Amino acid sequence: MSLTVGDRLNKAEEAVQARVKRHNSLTSGHRACQGCGEALAARCALDAAYNATGGKIVVVNATGCLEVFTTPYPDNAWGVPWLHSLFGNAPAVATGAAAAFAARGDHEMRVIAQGGDGGTTDIGMGCLSGMFERNDDVLYICYNNEAYMNTGVQRSSSTPALSRTATTFPIKQYMGNDPMSGKCVPKIAMAHGIPYVATATIGDIRDFERKVVKAIHMRGARYIEVYSPCPLGWGSQPCDTVRLARLVVRCGLYPLFEAENGKISSVTKIENLIPVEDYLRPQKRFAHLFGKNADPEHIKVIQKIADANIEEYNLTGGC
Amino acid sequence: MPKPYATVQDARTSLQNKTGTWRTMRPEYVHRMPPCNLMCPAGENIQLWLAHAQEGKLREAWEVMVDANPFPAIMGRVCYHTCELACNRTHFDGAVNINRLERSIGDVALNKGWSFPVPTRSTGKKVLVIGGGPSGLSAAYFLRRFGHSVTIYEANHKLGGAMRYGIPRYRLSTAVLDAEIDRLLALGIEVECDKRVSDVAQELQNFDAVYLAMGASLAVQINIPTDEGATVIDAIEMFRCLENDKDKMPALGKTVIVYGGGNSAIDAARTARRLGADKVQIVYRRAMEHMRAHDSEIKEALAEGVEILCLRTIGHIHKGSVSINKMELQNNELVNTGQVETLQADSVIYAIGQQPDEKVVLSISDILIGEGSTIIVDKNMMTGAKGIFAGGDIVPGKRTVTDAIGMGKKAARCIDAFLNGKEIPAKPSPDIATFKKLQLDYYPKSPRIDVEPKVNLTFEEANLSYDDPKVILEARRCFSCGNCYHCNNCYAYCPDNAIIQHEDGSLEFNYEYCKGCGLCAVECPCGAIKMVPDDQQ
Repeated sequence: MSLTVGDRLNKAEEAVQARVKRHNSLTSGHRACQGCGEALAARCALDAAYNATGGKIVVVNATGCLEVFTTPYPDNAWGVPWLHSLFGNAPAVATGAAAAFAARGDHEMRVIAQGGDGGTTDIGMGCLSGMFERNDDVLYICYNNEAYMNTGVQRSSSTPALSRTATTFPIKQYMGNDPMSGKCVPKIAMAHGIPYVATATIGDIRDFERKVVKAIHMRGARYIEVYSPCPLGWGSQPCDTVRLARLVVRCGLYPLFEAENGKISSVTKIENLIPVEDYLRPQKRFAHLFGKNADPEHIKVIQKIADANIEEYNLTGGC
Repeated sequence: MPKPYATVQDARTSLQNKTGTWRTMRPEYVHRMPPCNLMCPAGENIQLWLAHAQEGKLREAWEVMVDANPFPAIMGRVCYHTCELACNRTHFDGAVNINRLERSIGDVALNKGWSFPVPTRSTGKKVLVIGGGPSGLSAAYFLRRFGHSVTIYEANHKLGGAMRYGIPRYRLSTAVLDAEIDRLLALGIEVECDKRVSDVAQELQNFDAVYLAMGASLAVQINIPTDEGATVIDAIEMFRCLENDKDKMPALGKTVIVYGGGNSAIDAARTARRLGADKVQIVYRRAMEHMRAHDSEIKEALAEGVEILCLRTIGHIHKGSVSINKMELQNNELVNTGQVETLQADSVIYAIGQQPDEKVVLSISDILIGEGSTIIVDKNMMTGAKGIFAGGDIVPGKRTVTDAIGMGKKAARCIDAFLNGKEIPAKPSPDIATFKKLQLDYYPKSPRIDVEPKVNLTFEEANLSYDDPKVILEARRCFSCGNCYHCNNCYAYCPDNAIIQHEDGSLEFNYEYCKGCGLCAVECPCGAIKMVPDDQQ
């Protein structure tokens, strides 16, 4: 089996993204930065959902980069019905949309809500938890790029340990974002006992598409978090976006799993485990952890987080 | 129509925003030279025929092979596969088994009776090829394809040259050799066997060009004191006897010593084992690492019980034994230690080396003779005499069948250019698809498929071909270094949809929207995308 997105020798296994006739839910001309992981992730997710439902989707967007770079007035880069209201209320608006379709007797139309980590894990948390708790028929997709990129790279509750942001700038006594802070929204979602929770990355598009397709056909509240590197905010090379998404999985910092009804149902095993250093080094947001004045203990702090993940999710062991 | 409240512009698509203007670097699809193709002395497009084989299109694969080499089944048996040594997969999980694939596909062609298309055009030019070995036959094949009429003069009883008289039958069976030569002759090539040319200049009156491909058929002579009654034979003479007159072949006896360190020493030793010798020892004057024989050959010989004695020279050949001088290397200089040992030997086979027979060309004053009686040619394979070309073992070179075939092809091109009064344009230096240019994350590990050789001491072929499913499996291990194999990673990963995939699967950059992030180039598994500075205004 080829590990590439497409395969000329096995057309049946090709990802939607590799096909000639993909929908392009997000079209060209959008104003995302070079090598934007979020733009790529959004197109992958919505194309997969579009393909699986025969085009019966509507999308509700939270405020954030994704909203801003696709719809600067009067432009529109979306190839699907799309609605933006406020920063934190996307889950609530989507709930309303789903209720409206239900009221009209339209059970085919699927509602997707989407946002960045700021709109999801911080500002939209209340609405999101409500949507989960009521088990509203919405698939919520969080494009996690680990900070508020649109407003100038401020810290969010999804920002990783020791990362540099505009508001967690490394100085003498603080080495970037506090390792004790932050929250894991997939686990919060699982705690609500909703039908489906999954994590994915743009480093494995086939896996991501499979999870979206699985979720789109389910009823009730579903949550997918997709890791989407941000070259601008992370100080990484635009060409390294997909590579970083692979490395973060391989070092154990971003476990890929699915959970159904609050219980983990599958975990993607790591085949070639790498030290976290390999993942951290190409990113300027971790540059203060390297260099001649750096304290190697700091990298160990991050390695411990990865090790804890590996143990918790049994990422390297047998089934 | 009035606009909705608070709007002053009509809604429009983002497509009018041509983000291509952001770009400073531009991706381009490139074709890089894969190391296998680069290293092939016959100039085969190995990667292309592997790509056909991956899809199970063996006929197409074979047609690509025979564009560069008329003898795939032979080559798949006797080539020293420098391609595999260069294969990038060597640094991953083992080189692609190109040699055995070529052999297997070559065998399919023979079994199915695939033939070469008969040339439709005729130039009216006549070319004489002297010598029907690999280089002469290869030249004849390509000259015929160019539309020239070709005549081959062969001094021996049968065509094949080194392929028949230099390579033992357990490596290349007569059936395969004859079948591939017959297929070539069906192109309409005149052959005269048992014809020795005495005056090349004379022949030039009847032909527009002459290609000298007589090979290196004389054994290098050395003077070692030899007692009356001792059995001594040259390797080349032994092979000729085995092919043409088995009666003239002396009995080698039970203990045989082979003198030399090249491939023909190994061939001679393994042949001696097959002729019934129990103890075969190769005596070589330098150290093991200096042996010119290929490692795989040495390994197979050792597996058959051949012994190799290094740092020894033969001082005297007696009847039933030889005196050996032990040597040592001092600062890379070979020095006689003065120690002497005696080895039992019913016979001695010389495999010291071969050289061309310069008598044929000595009469032409313009032809330059170089070291070891070789003929000196210019970059267009032409000798000092106008219209007389030379190639194969008769000119300085590596002296393998594959090199000879490559030289035959090159000579044919040069002769064609000469006959048409054209120049051959110089090739630009290639951009090589090195291991570092690959993105290995996309290649799953998949071990090389080998077929264990039959271990027997007969003249039956020891190595075997793949069956068809294995051909496809092994071909699919090819990385396709430096050339797109349509994985569509670039198309899928572009955040800006700036790659257009056409209905036929071909890909094209849409520079109107490409922001030049370079993601496609990093994620291209095979290094077929290159980022270049963009000079757009």
